[in-house]
Amino acid sequence: MDLENQQRVKDLAEKHGKDNLVVILGGAEAEASGLACETVTNGDPTFAGPLAGVQLGLACYHILEPEIKEEIDPDVYEEQVSMMEMVLDVDEIADEVSTYREKYSEFA
Amino acid sequence: MLEGKKVAILGDRDGVPGPAIKECIESAGAEVVFTTTECFV
Repeated sequence: MDLENQQRVKDLAEKHGKDNLVVILGGAEAEASGLACETVTNGDPTFAGPLAGVQLGLACYHILEPEIKEEIDPDVYEEQVSMMEMVLDVDEIADEVSTYREKYSEFA
Repeated sequence: MLEGKKVAILGDRDGVPGPAIKECIESAGAEVVFTTTECFV
């Protein structure tokens, strides 16, 4: 996750409250999505950015996870996301992101 | 779960881009406070 976005998420968590902010990912790869989830929950694992050592514990989901899909208007989901849902490995992405969320998120 | 929450979106140009996620999240009753589309690699 790039350093600028780490700072943005950190600032937003301070502004809106960690319990009130949800991060939604759209990553194509399971590993990169998991890494982003780890960064906004347990801190930057590479210790390079503003979230190094900062455990925000945010609720973090991928847009393709069933918990999120079921809350979205089905017509909007169909129009905006369904094509990528067919192309990407949804199970692998959901497994990876939920692993980090269950381990480190305090507000999910 | 999303209704009434503030949401930061980290889209991916090779996956689901930020604006597409934004449309979805707003339909669930959440307020989008940040949207970006990055290259995750």
